[in-house]
Amino acid sequence: MTRKQRRATFIAAAVAILGVALALVLVALRDTITYFRTPSDIAAKPLPAGQRFRLGGLVADGSVKRGEGAEVQFAVTDTLQNIVVVYRGILPDLFREGQGVVTEGRLEADGRFRADSVLAKHDENYMPPEVAKALKEKGVSLGKGAKHSGSEPAKAPSAAPEPREPKRP
Amino acid sequence: MIVELGHFALVLALVVAAVQTTVPLWGARRNDVRLLLVAAPAALAQLALLAVAFAALTTAYVTSDFSVANVWSNSHSAKPLIYKISGVWGNHEGSMLLWVLILALFGGLVAVFGNNLPLRLRSTVLAVQGSIGLAFLMFMVATSNPFLRIYPVPLDGQGLNPVLQDPALAFHPPFLYAGYVGFSTAFSFAIAALLEGRTDAAWARWVRPWTLTAWMFLTVGVAMGSWWAYYELGWGGWWFWDPVENASFMPWLAGTALLHSALVMEKREALKVWTILLAILTFSLSLIGTFLVRSGVLSSVHAFAVDPQRGVVILGILIVFIGGALALFSARAGELRRGGLFAPISREGSLVLNNILLATATGTVLVGTLYPLALEAVTGEKISVGAPYFNSTFGPLMVPLLLAIPFGPMLAWKRGDMRAVVERLFFAIAAAALAGALAFALFHRGPWLAPFGIALGVWVVAGALSEIATRTRIGRVPLSETLRRFASLPRSAHGTWVAHAGVGIMVIGIVATSAWQEEVVLTMKPGERAHIGGYDLVMTGTMPVTGPNYTELVGRFDVTRGGAAVTELLPAKRLYDAPNTPTTEAAIHVSWRGDLYTVLGDEQQGGGWAVRLYFNPLVRFIWLGAIIMFLGGALSLSDRRLRVGAPRPAKRPPVAQPAE
Repeated sequence: MTRKQRRATFIAAAVAILGVALALVLVALRDTITYFRTPSDIAAKPLPAGQRFRLGGLVADGSVKRGEGAEVQFAVTDTLQNIVVVYRGILPDLFREGQGVVTEGRLEADGRFRADSVLAKHDENYMPPEVAKALKEKGVSLGKGAKHSGSEPAKAPSAAPEPREPKRP
Repeated sequence: MIVELGHFALVLALVVAAVQTTVPLWGARRNDVRLLLVAAPAALAQLALLAVAFAALTTAYVTSDFSVANVWSNSHSAKPLIYKISGVWGNHEGSMLLWVLILALFGGLVAVFGNNLPLRLRSTVLAVQGSIGLAFLMFMVATSNPFLRIYPVPLDGQGLNPVLQDPALAFHPPFLYAGYVGFSTAFSFAIAALLEGRTDAAWARWVRPWTLTAWMFLTVGVAMGSWWAYYELGWGGWWFWDPVENASFMPWLAGTALLHSALVMEKREALKVWTILLAILTFSLSLIGTFLVRSGVLSSVHAFAVDPQRGVVILGILIVFIGGALALFSARAGELRRGGLFAPISREGSLVLNNILLATATGTVLVGTLYPLALEAVTGEKISVGAPYFNSTFGPLMVPLLLAIPFGPMLAWKRGDMRAVVERLFFAIAAAALAGALAFALFHRGPWLAPFGIALGVWVVAGALSEIATRTRIGRVPLSETLRRFASLPRSAHGTWVAHAGVGIMVIGIVATSAWQEEVVLTMKPGERAHIGGYDLVMTGTMPVTGPNYTELVGRFDVTRGGAAVTELLPAKRLYDAPNTPTTEAAIHVSWRGDLYTVLGDEQQGGGWAVRLYFNPLVRFIWLGAIIMFLGGALSLSDRRLRVGAPRPAKRPPVAQPAE
């Protein structure tokens, strides 16, 4: 084989692999992505029945009910609308009323959201960016000053520069 | 006082980095040896200064000096000593300091061991290395200074996030950074080569050990992170395709490709342009990873509260370095000499295939990680890309790669004989087929692809064994001759088959645990039983326990298997004193068959406790495989030809000579 032919072989192989990868990526992006919605989004424009999505917002105060078995029920709110979430499993450590939460699952016929995962965060001050942004768009004030009944009082000395610093190494 | 000394050293390191960047480059331009000679001492001075700064911050942590804001917000006097130390890098500012320290360490290593490099090349490499340090030191001093004081001095600190108070996570960041930042050396060498307009085999011989070192650390770093997530988070999983995980995985993939292309470049002087591009891209992915983790632009299960302001600055650094490097590449790559010829079926050909597949796989991970950002910027739609995306894009690309691994090392350079290789791999083909058939017969549960995955893993392991068997001519010559051959093989050849076997073992672990994991969620009261993975569990009760800086409620489970007592598992719900945070402590029974993984949940209103049980078959193979890959890398690194150190350069042939 000449240099040209050899080069053509490699280029053909590379193009073939890239083509396959591109096809896989496009198909996967069409089929596997999950949309993020807040309770108000769902109220305004419901998704097709049975479609998986991520529901985000705050855990409504006083809404957590531990039912029979390992089933837990709580409401996700963006302060305008609520959706009741049913989850079977163990809630993350930092799951608390009044804190931001992202759950993933499907809406059931009775309007409740059956979650198969409730996303945990490693840091109590962390707010999932989608939730923070979505709430901000709805005019709900959040951030370091915002306190909800579920969150603990800050223990910072008064002269402290800022409440807490990022933790991710 | 010590803190001020550290602060001063940090600022001085910034000044030295500026000297290290500018003077040697100016010297290279003017061809002035005196200016070029500044590079090495400057690199060592920078290392010494940053070591002083790091030691000062560590001292502040160990002595619980809460007048330092960083110590106050991340430490607590009641914390065990090891976590006081690991707290230094358990936060943004401190970990940035570790980042630049490791960067300076790699620069210092080039300065010390680079005696036998051409002076111009060494000085240019150090200048590029210095410029990265300069950028990040400016970033630190301006936005993330760990030495700032607060007044009045608080009585006690706020404590370290409890999930970080863990031995695996104490050492995870140093390893991860040594990997991430280690690729900066390959990057600096690539930029230096482009500036000089030439590369040769000696250049590749220098790049490979550095890449290998970084790759080894990154392998361990990523594996440690996954291990930590597995047992500390209590989700029973070991990998979540989370943006933060991907951020460390992408440089690893690209680095693996770089490792293999540097081999072709060293041995055959081919793939030069590609290797240089790959060196640039690998470090760029490390920078992108740093940005993704610290800017908080992506929603991640591992994310911590972050300051978007810092993200903007890192993004700026990213654009300057990646953009600048790629611009330089496009301007200069054409000047590089073309390398040796090779047929598609050859060792080089197989390494090219490896590179295409790894680079494409890296691309799919990058697309999946950044797509939510791009889509939101364009349409405002908020989405997330999860495991299903990666399973259906990254997964299929790994299949041809794994199929090809055993062929690569068996093929000859330049032109290989496929038929002879297939004959030699007969044993591996048979072993893989047998393993697949066994898996198919034994497990009726799980996806139909799983037996194929197991066969693939066994194929890679058996292929690695076939390789060493072929090289030592085992069974064809007397045993003593085989042993002699085994001992006289270069260490790098041993490194290859050991690391490849590690890949196969990891694949077996990944496939088994993904396909055949068992999971039970239930409510248990004392005296109640559960059954999973062949084990019987009885909950015997709960008890409160007080630890050094936490209190916990421990669930007690007696585990039996076929009536025989196995162990008692004690999963706990822990509440740390400072900060006042709950964590889940999973209890795991480890065996070769797999892990029995128990998590204690909340007390239920109807009585009893929520309990989550997993059985993860062969999950240990994943980390075992990573350790074996690391050992393979270490073997290869200890090869005499690759030895980085040159204590007496006079005794060695000058490296500037072309190879062969």
